[in-house]
Amino acid sequence: MNTTIMLFLVQDGITNGAIYALLGLALVLVFAVTRVILIPQGEFVTYGALTYASLAAGQMPGTAKLALALGIGAFAFDLFVARKALHGRLVVRSFITNIVLPSIVLALTIYFAAQKPPVAVCIALSLVIVAMIGVYLYRIAFQPLAHTSVLVLLIASVGVHLALQGLGLLFFGAEGQRGPAVLSGAFTAGALRFTGQSITVYAITIAFIVGLWLFFGLTLYGKALRATAVNRLGARLAGIRTTLSGQIAFLLASVIGALSGIMIVPITTLYYDSGFLIGLKGFVAAIIGGLVSYPLTAVAALVVGIVEAFSSFYASNYKEVIVFMLLIPVLLLRSLAAPAVEEEKD
Amino acid sequence: MQSRLPILVFALVMAAIPFVPGMPPFWIVLLDNIGLAALVAMGLVLLTGVGGLTSFGQAAFVGFGAYTTAVLSTAYGLSPWLTLPLSLIVSGSLAVLLGLITVRLSGHYLPLGTLAWGLGLFYLFSKLEFLGRNDGISAIPPLSIGTFKMLSPGSIYYAIWVAVILSAWLTMNLLDSRTGRAIRALRRGHVAAEAFGVHTPRAKLLVFIHAAVLAGLSGWLYAHLQRAVNPTPFGAQAGIEYLFIAVVGGAGYVWGGVLGAAIVVVLKEVLQSYLPLILPGSGQVETIVFGIMLVALLQLAPGGLWPWLISFLPERTSGKKPDTSLKLEQRTRAPTEAGVLLQVEKARKQFGGVVAVNNVSFDVQAKEIVALIGPNGAGKSTTFNLITGVLSATSGSISVLGRKVDKAPPQEIVKLGISRTFQHVKLVPDMTVLENVAIGAHLRGHSGPIASMLRLDRADEAKLLAEAARQIERVGLAEQMHQLAGSLSLGQQRIVEIARALCVDPMLLLLDEPAAGLRHMEKQRLAALLRELRDGGMSVLLVEHDMGFVMNLADRIVVLDFGTKIAEGTPATIKTNPEVIKAYLGVAA
Repeated sequence: MNTTIMLFLVQDGITNGAIYALLGLALVLVFAVTRVILIPQGEFVTYGALTYASLAAGQMPGTAKLALALGIGAFAFDLFVARKALHGRLVVRSFITNIVLPSIVLALTIYFAAQKPPVAVCIALSLVIVAMIGVYLYRIAFQPLAHTSVLVLLIASVGVHLALQGLGLLFFGAEGQRGPAVLSGAFTAGALRFTGQSITVYAITIAFIVGLWLFFGLTLYGKALRATAVNRLGARLAGIRTTLSGQIAFLLASVIGALSGIMIVPITTLYYDSGFLIGLKGFVAAIIGGLVSYPLTAVAALVVGIVEAFSSFYASNYKEVIVFMLLIPVLLLRSLAAPAVEEEKD
Repeated sequence: MQSRLPILVFALVMAAIPFVPGMPPFWIVLLDNIGLAALVAMGLVLLTGVGGLTSFGQAAFVGFGAYTTAVLSTAYGLSPWLTLPLSLIVSGSLAVLLGLITVRLSGHYLPLGTLAWGLGLFYLFSKLEFLGRNDGISAIPPLSIGTFKMLSPGSIYYAIWVAVILSAWLTMNLLDSRTGRAIRALRRGHVAAEAFGVHTPRAKLLVFIHAAVLAGLSGWLYAHLQRAVNPTPFGAQAGIEYLFIAVVGGAGYVWGGVLGAAIVVVLKEVLQSYLPLILPGSGQVETIVFGIMLVALLQLAPGGLWPWLISFLPERTSGKKPDTSLKLEQRTRAPTEAGVLLQVEKARKQFGGVVAVNNVSFDVQAKEIVALIGPNGAGKSTTFNLITGVLSATSGSISVLGRKVDKAPPQEIVKLGISRTFQHVKLVPDMTVLENVAIGAHLRGHSGPIASMLRLDRADEAKLLAEAARQIERVGLAEQMHQLAGSLSLGQQRIVEIARALCVDPMLLLLDEPAAGLRHMEKQRLAALLRELRDGGMSVLLVEHDMGFVMNLADRIVVLDFGTKIAEGTPATIKTNPEVIKAYLGVAA
């Protein structure tokens, strides 16, 4: 092997790894706050990417309609839960966030889709649409189950993943799409060529890692989110609105997912079902990080990316096998070090 | 557990179905598919619903079963009947390998781990040359008996449903046995089960293998039904679907797996054939509906449909009373169980900077009731955990009959004749009192899982249940014997724990706040029981807050405060000890 190939593979691995790191972070975040293992994270990626690519190509993405449909569902859930004590203010607030907002976004999407909007508009619209989908999903699918076990939440999460993937096919078709580069241009350093796109990937990943770390470590709100994760009842007694915490976690996760999608769709062609695999690689990283540690998850994601790059060069047939089997030794180590703590389950 | 009659009726009905005149052949195909899915779901019921271990990777085991027979019967020309044991062995051994790695993982790691290896194995199937890569293997010979070849879905139907009913029978037998009780206790955490000698990792591995073998069997049948295999039906999606089947049916019930399989297979068929008519779109609409229904089901009926169905049946609370004349052999005893039974010397336990137990020393003699008292947070329960091996001491030593047991796990401690109850009751709420108490006698039984499945364990089992029933009568709960433990009052549950501990045939009984939640009369009865046990030769070490109870009962009292022993002596001397009064009341009175 010569050094150029090696450097090239490492660079490729780091670019992919950065994306996995972002997704891994989102997974850790959602799990830490809501105990949901977010399998549909991959769908946030494809929804973000394909919404962006569709808009840029002047097509109307179905996701904007889905956001409105889910918003109506969320509004119905709000009304149903509050049916015994319907306050005008509550209804109005729920109506605005769940129906007015997605309606406006839908109108904007229809307006812009007809005229091939600039990249910035496409990004903004895609992010908002996917963010709304994420938040409404939490309201509809997960909030009613918030008190149940990790397992029930996990199975629900799988259900959401299946539904979203099916919808993805409906919206975007079976053909893959590519989007325009977020940042064009490139420069070379030695044998390596850095595109504007990959620099964007690095910068955004680093910004998110540092941002999340600061948010959870230093701000009161971040601490409140962590408290919700440890003990919902305790957090509520201390005055933390646990449903809001869940919504914030899903908001962040869907934005991170969509952003990751937008960043990779100029580099690789994405299909409606690509998200699952990408998300799962984020999982591998998150599991290596023990679903708690942000820095460890980021490092693990880079390792996953690099292993993937090297195995696709040397044994491309076994790329996926190698990446997923990477988990086995990690799990083995974790199980050897597993503390004998009692878990009360039901 | 349940009578054989419903199974027999079900078997007869299933046997009669193909003879119903005008039965569309397509329905038989559906029934074949239901049977195949039911086999896998049944394994998941045991694994997930009963054992609390979630696996998304069962489809991979189905794949191993299917590919084993596909390769051996095509490339090597082996008879399908010969490949059956091999298919089961391959999926079983793989389960040992993956199980060793994954079953020790707690909570959410396990499902994620299974998802990961499920995916990895799926890609392996589709890449390996000798498995035919993505095209798979075709022209697999059909099952045949003599010259009769099971070519049609109608002829293999019997093979499939014999397998389903036989597996259901074996699985239910397993659950209704010594090993089964250990498995059913897994979901409630491992501390209680281990305190009675259950080797929990081994029990987990066992259900993992059981589930994998059932999946392998399903795969073997699948390969000979389709007579071709390719990787698609063994992917992550299928693994998820099997779990869905188990959840729909009711993950805690063997027949829930069969019911779930029927519902899901039929539903998928209906969705696939009718949805495109209602919602014309580019395929996969059924996936959307499927996913939405999964979430809706979890929100509306998280327990699944089987428990909902059987809730309409009349409740049966009166089980058969075990024949208490049967004698269970005693625990293997040390040559002499006299003198100093337990010696705690300078035991110390630190959690980070917190010293929970600070160089505490005391002993328990034979035929003696010793009480460990002290304000909340004094380190009493931690001391119990040190003695019983749940925690290991930071320093100091603990010896039983002069032998050091510092590093011994709970399973070893209980073998020495030390059994315990817990401050926070640890019973399995959905098992009867009798079954819960029988866990206490786990080490005094011998039957293994295979014997249990084949019902060769009945003599052993009858003795275990007899012993459990005797101890339940002894503590005065004979009337509640067949009720679910979870339906009892907290006070009664504590008494059930004492009965369970007595099933060990102990020399020393460790009771953690046994009188909490009891009424006055019940406390007096408990005190009388403990005195009777002592007079019969047993020693008791108890933690208790009810001073009246302790002072009247204990021969000796050890007082802890903030992890340190501040006094030891007879009840009379403790009552007047200024240190003790200060610890309890804050000032010297």
